[in-house]
Order: sequence, then C-alpha cells, then structure tokens
Amino acid sequence: MHTIPNTPEVEKELLDAIGVQRFEDLLVDIPKTFLEKCRIHLPEPLSELEASRHLQNLANQNRNTEGTVSFLGGGAYDHFIPAVVDFLIGRSEFYTAYTPYQAEVSQGTLQSIYEYQSLTCHLMDMEVANASMYDGATALAEAAIMSCGITKKDKVLVSPLINPGTMKVLKTYLPNRNIEVILLPEKNGQTDFSTLPELIDEQIAAVLVQSPNFLGSIEDLTGISGKIHEKNAMFVLFVDPISLGILKSPGGWGADIAVSEGQPLGIHQSFGGPYLGVFSAKKALVRNMPGRIVGQTVDVDGKRGYVLVLQTREQHIRREKATSNICSNQGLMALAAAIYLSLMGKTGLKQAATLCLNNSHYLAEKISSLKGFSLPYGNVPFFKEFVVETPVSPKEIITAGLAENFFAGIDLGNYREDWKGHLLMAVTEKRTRKEIEFFVKFLSKF
Amino acid sequence: MNVPSDLLFTKDHEWALISGDEAKVGITEYAQHELGDIVYIELPVVGDPVSKGDSIGTIEAVKTVADIYSPLSGEIIEINEALKDAAELVNKDPYGEGWIARIKISDPSETKSMLTSEEYSKLIG
Repeated sequence: MHTIPNTPEVEKELLDAIGVQRFEDLLVDIPKTFLEKCRIHLPEPLSELEASRHLQNLANQNRNTEGTVSFLGGGAYDHFIPAVVDFLIGRSEFYTAYTPYQAEVSQGTLQSIYEYQSLTCHLMDMEVANASMYDGATALAEAAIMSCGITKKDKVLVSPLINPGTMKVLKTYLPNRNIEVILLPEKNGQTDFSTLPELIDEQIAAVLVQSPNFLGSIEDLTGISGKIHEKNAMFVLFVDPISLGILKSPGGWGADIAVSEGQPLGIHQSFGGPYLGVFSAKKALVRNMPGRIVGQTVDVDGKRGYVLVLQTREQHIRREKATSNICSNQGLMALAAAIYLSLMGKTGLKQAATLCLNNSHYLAEKISSLKGFSLPYGNVPFFKEFVVETPVSPKEIITAGLAENFFAGIDLGNYREDWKGHLLMAVTEKRTRKEIEFFVKFLSKF
Repeated sequence: MNVPSDLLFTKDHEWALISGDEAKVGITEYAQHELGDIVYIELPVVGDPVSKGDSIGTIEAVKTVADIYSPLSGEIIEINEALKDAAELVNKDPYGEGWIARIKISDPSETKSMLTSEEYSKLIG
C-alpha cells in the first residue's frame, strides 16, 4: 500500500474534478458530533533526529533478554542463536521474499524449504513435513482438523496441560468447525491416561498431547499410541524441538501427526512473534496434510530441481473443498530453523538439550533446599522447565527480580485458580552456573 | 471414444453396470481422457449410505481434482482396493479394472433417469 502526500495543487485538481470546494464538503452527510469525535489530535511534527530519539526512548523502556537474565519459558525460550542464522536470513534474497507464488522460478527459496522439511522429518522422526505454518498453536489446531477430516469424526481429546495459549487457539478454531474439545484428566502435573480407553468413544478423532507439557513435565506416553489406534483415532503430539536432542521422538512414540512451536530453533523471542509452526505426519496422511509441500525432482535435462508438489490438495484448486485455509508458509522463520538445525547438527542439538536438562535440574535442586520454596511435582521427570511453589506471591518475586535484572518466571496464577502461588521457571543452555547461583541467592531472601 | 452399450451414464461422466439390485460404477473413457494422468483416488467407505448425486470420492489428476458423484442412491458395498496403489487403472481401463465402487441400489427407478450409451455418446459428441 502506498501513501502519497498530495501537494495543494494536486488536491485542488482533485476537488475541482469532484466539484467541491474543500475536502470537508465530502463529509457533510456525517453528523457533526461524530466528526468531532474523529478528529485526531496529533502533536507537532518532529524532525528525523527528534523522532528517532523519541522512539529510542520508548524502546528503552522494554526489558529483554539481552540485559536481563531470563528464567521465562511457557512456550517461548531464551535459547542461543548462532550469529550465522541472523546473518543469512538477513540477506535480501531471503529477507524480502514472500512465500513463492510463481514457485518454480524461486529455486533457491524452494530448496531452502525442502531442506527445512527434510530436517523436520529427521528431527521428528516422521515421514513428511509441510513447508511450515504460522506458529505451534495453529499447527496443533490444524492437526486436530486434519484428524477429523481423515477419521470423519468430530471430537478431540486434549490434555489439559497443553499451553493455555495453544488451548485458546484450539477453542477458537475447533468449535467453529463443529469440532468438540474434550479434556483428559490430570494427576500430579501430568496428563492422566489411565482412563484413556474408556474416554476414546466412537466420535473421538484424535488425542492431542504436549510433552514436555506446559508445566515442564515429560508425559509418560508408554503404550498410548496403541490404545489410540485401537479405536481408529489419531495420535497428535506437540513437542519441544530442543528436547528431541535427548528425548524420544514423536515417530518413536507412534504419533500420526507431530507438531511443534519452532521458536527455540534459532528464532528470537521478539515479544511473541513471528514464530514457526512445525508440522509433520506419517506419509499415508500426506494428502490430508494442510499447507504447501516442496518436492525434489529432475528437469528435462536430468538436472536437480525443486517444485511444489501435491498442489491439488490446496486452496487454489479445490477452493470450496479445502480442509485448511493455509496457502502460505512462514518462510523466513522456517529458513532460520533450517540454518539453526544444520549448524547444530545431531551432536549440537544433543549438547544444547543436555545443558538445558542439567541446568534446570541444578536450579530445581538448589531451590528445593531453600526455606519456604518447594517443587510440587518434584518427583515427575522434567526437561528444562518446572513449577515452584513460592513462600510469597509470585508477583512480588517477579517485581523484585526485575530490579535485580532477573526474569524470575511466569506467575501460573494468571492461568488457573489452583495454580496460584506458583512460578513456572525455565532454564536453557544459555544460563551459566554463576547466573543460576546469583538467582538462588536472590530467591533465598524471600 | 468407447461408450459400451450395456452401461448407463450420467451427465457428470460416471457409468453404472446394473445387475439385479446392485450397480458397479466408475468414470467414463471420456472423463479419464479429459482429466489426464490420474495419480490418486480417494475412495468411499464400505457401508456408507449414498444419495444420487453425492460425492463418493475424488479423483486427483496431475493438474486438477474432480469429484466422483454417485449415479444412484443406496449403500456402498465394495470399493476397488486396487486403485489405492494403482490409480492409473482408471486411465488404462475405465470400464474394467478401473471400476470404482459397487452400490446396493435402494431406488431402482433412478436408473430410468440415467442416460443410455446413445444419449451419452451424443452428449460428449
């Protein structure tokens, strides 16, 4: 969209052509009281220097993980991002390109998407992946819709311990597609699967689980896929991509669809977005998979080339029958994830995951010995995030933390009444022993 | 263009071979030719009730996707499993190995509104 300022001459020409004296004459049909309300009281114009100074002052009021030691998680994490990621995605060939419409002309973009898809399949241990989606939450909602499409059923069983933000997205998407969301029971910070066989009735299309869950606990998924498949339902698993450096993959658990929030894969937290929806599935389901898919082929001369494949499933051919409304992808973020994964490799990802595990357990252990603090789910395995019961209100700790340059965690009372008095803390590979010890010292004052 | 005289047809280019209260259905030689190389067929589910004109599946060709409409009302009693791995059978032998499903007919009078081979030949003229 272009906004072109009119010169007084141009404006006069326009008004003459319409046949009015002043611009306001065009608004005579609108009652004066409304016009009065619409008047925008703008300050005087600023010079470029003044404007940039003003904006810089506003920006300086933000707190970010550059200057503050972060124990914040809950879906967006302070992982290390190698400089190469930002350098490469900042190249104008990638940075300014939108998802390709005249796809095959953009061989470079298609190849980068193809690499991203291949890396996603390796990471998830799944057979097919799409070119990415907007974020983890919409990817999970799409997985639920896809499951209903395949099984021709209209209810999904959802773990109550998936991220509350993701749950909101599910409850926005699904009822509007006439899909009912039914919650599984929970027990001691984990999903309770003991009654799963009875809960999967004739109309259950899928069981949706997040592991590690919102509280950080690793779900025990032993035998789950068998119980779900017995009832002809789909097993949809939402995972933390970094955790796959050491934890069992969705493919290993027998998931039919595996999705993830890709932010930990080289993408800045950026106050909540843009993030990345990672979406993968079993090959047999590929025709029901939403989004774009890039394939590798050879041209007439036998040279390698990349193309969009299975396009017939997509909106532009089957508009009115499309099962998903996504025709796009999150190209730049998918590229960041692909670069991150190829830089880290199997060994690097395992190292990052192991550091997350060790660091978080070190902090948890230190906190559990502090007077007044306790770990309500201390006996449940966790990966990089855990719940802490605090002696004073979490808000008090969070506020005091800011003054000492700590993001102390997330106040779980914001989400559920029975979670009041609890902080959710995340520890990534970036936290040093020193930072963790300073933080424990800070907490010991409460 | 091959239009066998023992079959009945629809304007949407499906055919039906009636035997007693059952019908074997598929798409016509003309339809497969118009679609081009068929790469995938989404088949109906055995036991599904169908009404005349309902979509009972989709045919995916290289450049397009088309619905398969049931020529008659009834119940799906068999599907051509071979198409799951060899959709191209519909290109090769649309009236034979490329059949799509068998339907138990619930309203035999519906066959009267279908086209004869002569009428269909005229339609695709």
